[in-house]
Amino acid sequence: MKRIALLGMPNTGKSTLFNRMTGGAARVGNWPGITVELLSGKILMGGDMVEIIDLPGIYDLHGFSDDEQVVRHFLHDNVPDLALVILNTTQIERQMSLLLQLKQLDINLVVMLNMADEAKKFGISVDVAKMSALLEIPIFLLSAKYGSGYPEALQAITRALRYPTPGMAEHLRSQLEQDEHIETEMARVLKHTVQVPAQLSDKLTEKLDSVLLHPWLGLPIFFAVMYLLFQGIFIFGQPIQGGIAELFNWLRETALVPLLGGLPQALQGLLLDGIYNGVATVAAFVPIIVLFFLFMAMVEDSGYLSRAAFLMDALMARLGLDGRGFVMLLMGFGCNVPALMGTRVMRSRAMRLLTMLVIPLSLCSARLQVFIFFTAALFSAKAAPVVLFSLYLFSFGAAILTALLFKGRFRNNEPFVLELPPYRFPTARQMVLRGWLEVRHFLRRATKFIVAGVVMVWLLTHLPLSAVPASADTLAGMIGGAMHPLFAPIGINEQLTIALIFGFIAKEIVIGALAVIYSLSGDALSGAIGQQLDWVQAYSFMLFTLLYTPCLATVATLQSESKQTGFTLLSLAWSLGLAWLVSFLFYQGARMLGY
Amino acid sequence: MPALLNQSIAMSATSLAALHPGDTATIASIHAEEALHLRLLALGFRTGKQIEMIRKASFSGPLQVRIGTTDILLRRVEAEKIKVHKT
Repeated sequence: MKRIALLGMPNTGKSTLFNRMTGGAARVGNWPGITVELLSGKILMGGDMVEIIDLPGIYDLHGFSDDEQVVRHFLHDNVPDLALVILNTTQIERQMSLLLQLKQLDINLVVMLNMADEAKKFGISVDVAKMSALLEIPIFLLSAKYGSGYPEALQAITRALRYPTPGMAEHLRSQLEQDEHIETEMARVLKHTVQVPAQLSDKLTEKLDSVLLHPWLGLPIFFAVMYLLFQGIFIFGQPIQGGIAELFNWLRETALVPLLGGLPQALQGLLLDGIYNGVATVAAFVPIIVLFFLFMAMVEDSGYLSRAAFLMDALMARLGLDGRGFVMLLMGFGCNVPALMGTRVMRSRAMRLLTMLVIPLSLCSARLQVFIFFTAALFSAKAAPVVLFSLYLFSFGAAILTALLFKGRFRNNEPFVLELPPYRFPTARQMVLRGWLEVRHFLRRATKFIVAGVVMVWLLTHLPLSAVPASADTLAGMIGGAMHPLFAPIGINEQLTIALIFGFIAKEIVIGALAVIYSLSGDALSGAIGQQLDWVQAYSFMLFTLLYTPCLATVATLQSESKQTGFTLLSLAWSLGLAWLVSFLFYQGARMLGY
Repeated sequence: MPALLNQSIAMSATSLAALHPGDTATIASIHAEEALHLRLLALGFRTGKQIEMIRKASFSGPLQVRIGTTDILLRRVEAEKIKVHKT
């Protein structure tokens, strides 16, 4: 099968074009020579199946950023039959250098000058025929967003694919390092073919920036935007999530329970409470992920994410992170899973890992449910909001502490030099495609892991079969008992320890697990817990719940995004250790002060 | 005496970070390590090019500068390594 590699600088609309070409039927795959996964899609072209690979956006083929190295290694080990180069027409004078670098590799090239519509607005005119002749490469003007120029370009690609690729001789690589004559050739081609008005005026972007990046107004507006996004995701997401949960419940009661009625009790429990509940847990994340990425596509494609980086960088730089990391951290307060997936916008791997280490400490909406239950059971209506607020402060504090402690280990040498793109309107198609691709990615990567985890916890809390589920006689109860010496110093009793084992799957089921453990529910449960615990024990339990492993889905995402078991284990160990330490300090400190 | 010439240029030049919003300048020299230097080159930073300071973020945050038609964000630490002549 012939292969087409998509190449270009960041912000050229490369991914939009990729989505258009593959119609969203893309998959993630590994390639020889590189450690990161690349998106690729197979399409029919001129009667043959062709594979299109979306390479990361790069500025310079000789650069040393992670992305630039990935592209170089990919080209070295997987010489494509054709490289499709996407250039941003509005910035043609500086993007031409990348094209000339690629031309020296002696591979088949087809060039698309994208954002032709925007260039026209700026008054930039390109003599495509002349440029094509000077460079001896087929060149096409294109608007990937609106689809104009697309059919002609496809025909040219089909034609170019008929010729075998010359391949890449080793001597070309050394030759490539001589960058000097690229500059002269750049000047020659541009001089003859491109006319750029002396000063570009993009009045709208200027006006928007003067407000959105205002020295005083910029930050409040940024927080307002984040708050609205956050609210938006949950106002739309929670009813859908509730609906999905009801649908799964209905299916269980009307179809599965009668169907499996004949099976032995234990097998029934394993199938329904183990596997089926695992699938339902996975499904509950789908609406949140879709909505998150719909909104993220909007923030990212509009150009606002780069602005957020500008606004927040002063603080984040001190933590070894950058402004975009802050956006993800805030999003983590909704749900950690999509926030972790969103860190893919970061180019530097070290910084991405550091951000991924910090995000699981964000107090997500599932943990909030546990805290609301406990504060209602143990604190007065007046004290409850203060207690909740203090937990948010602990969450921020833990995030800052983690970043400060680990920034030396995940030191990134990536300079913070970013291009600030003009504001653009993202198209609905782009947004929907993004949401869909991310959900599919999550389902493929996380389903098995989450279902296996749910089944494991079911087994722990139901074996041996003679014991009362989740009681002290089950495996979980025995583990809870064995770990008691570890949890006693932080004021967490055996029942709560078992609930914490459930909480490892998802915080949403902690209260449900307590109901099973105490054989009580609703007000009776909160009454019993309120009687059994004092506020110091309850607060210590909440601190532990806040900081230890958020949920199986987060662990699965950490693993699938980092692809480093060592990193996932570090994240697990650090959050567990920090949770224990903070709870210990709090519990013993409060007891020492006489509470 | 090119070394001496460079020195005299460097002495009359100020750092990019010292410009105020609205100032324009010509890039005199770039003293950056290789990775940063390559990135700056790719984004259009060249000796002799016109550069305009658009804005500076609060709390010693990054700078927004314009070269030709491209707007670029960079931190002050990085901007210190770029010397310019104010015009």
